[in-house]
Amino acid sequence: MIDRRGFVRLAAGAGAASLAGACGWDGGNTLRPGLLSVSRLNDWVGEKLLFSPARLAREYSPTERSAHLPSYFISRTTPVLENPAAWRLRVDGLVRRPLELSLDDLMRLQRTTYTVKHHCVEGWTAIATWHGVALSAIAQRCEPLPAARYVHFKSFDADYSNGWDLASAMHPQTILAYGMNDNPLPPAHGAPLRLYSPTKLGYKMTKYLVSMTFMEKRPGGYWEDQGYPWFAGI
Amino acid sequence: MSDLPSPNSPVKRHHWIVRLTHWSTFLLLAGMVTSGLQIYRAYARFGERGGPYYVNPFQDVTFPGWTRLGGWLAGGLNWHFALMWPLGAVGLLYLSYLVASGEWRSLLFRPRDIRGAIEMQKYYLRLRKDHPAQGKHNPLQKLAYTTIILLGVLSVLTGFAIYKPVQFGWLTALFGGFQAARYWHFWAVWIFVGFTLVHVVLVFVVDAPSFRAMLTGWYRGRFPSHD
Repeated sequence: MIDRRGFVRLAAGAGAASLAGACGWDGGNTLRPGLLSVSRLNDWVGEKLLFSPARLAREYSPTERSAHLPSYFISRTTPVLENPAAWRLRVDGLVRRPLELSLDDLMRLQRTTYTVKHHCVEGWTAIATWHGVALSAIAQRCEPLPAARYVHFKSFDADYSNGWDLASAMHPQTILAYGMNDNPLPPAHGAPLRLYSPTKLGYKMTKYLVSMTFMEKRPGGYWEDQGYPWFAGI
Repeated sequence: MSDLPSPNSPVKRHHWIVRLTHWSTFLLLAGMVTSGLQIYRAYARFGERGGPYYVNPFQDVTFPGWTRLGGWLAGGLNWHFALMWPLGAVGLLYLSYLVASGEWRSLLFRPRDIRGAIEMQKYYLRLRKDHPAQGKHNPLQKLAYTTIILLGVLSVLTGFAIYKPVQFGWLTALFGGFQAARYWHFWAVWIFVGFTLVHVVLVFVVDAPSFRAMLTGWYRGRFPSHD
């Protein structure tokens, strides 16, 4: 049986030692799984307790746009389609009606435009205008089955992909964007089509989309599988 | 303490909850600061992309490896968002104890303490010879401890404002926007660090036995009457 003084000494010693050894350390094989479990708990809190399906992110005036919005992709060079005319968005998985949508099909649907603030996980923010079609409008057409709880978005940027919970995907500001700042979506920002939402961190918004698949089980994602928070709703 | 203890006989000073929360706050805050510096590395400035940027002597500064916990951005985030739970719990436990025990009365700086704070400052500046009479804490200590508790509250609130700037949009707006909230969250770090340094220096220069008291609960030093 350890007495109180002994406990305090032990705790202080262990704390100091772990602190000294910890810096620059992601937890290693011992603590990293624990940290990731807490991250899953935080996902649950973010998704089930804090996220409101109706609350809208603030919109800005187009005059407040940032001069520059950084862009990222994981391929060595900007991913571009060899044959843009042949591109289709595949909508499949747990749906009553799988779809193959061309860019023209998407542009014929009701257009959503908003000017919002982009939040990167790194801490920077920038304002831009996005044009596209609400994801919920696609869902109306493909009719997800009751079992569908998640959506998996895949890209042609190497193996980049993201998984979303259905409530976030159906949020009124979640769109499939084909335009940016009054122009067609530039290749650096995910042409021809990217996912966009001002209620998520940037890395959740899959660019260079090829498919969206409704699923029952939670899909992983490129950064999420490496340890970044999965929900990433803000 | 009803009966006056004779000098150098030990007096009970800190409840175990105070000692537990004091030292766990120290360790957890160290983890929060170091994982925060890891997160800061990813974008070491404040302001919208393209500027203008807030005044910041640490703009584009990468803090040395030993001050950063997490190894990379995701590691820093996961540490930060894991340690926030026990730190929040410890903070709530401490505040509940202050309220339940009534000890907040000897800790909270109130307008009537201003005069005493000036007298205490005079004593430290050697403008007066005798140590002013005081209770458990002198008015300057009250000011320092009240400020640091408020700083803790500010850190939590700015933290929420950065963590969920859409869901807590009103809070983010209250701090002047996302980048401003980040800015204040960051400055809180340096006030915590500065407070800790001054605190440690004062403990050992003015009243070293109080260090032991924070470990064991028992005080055996020059100022037993302060209890």
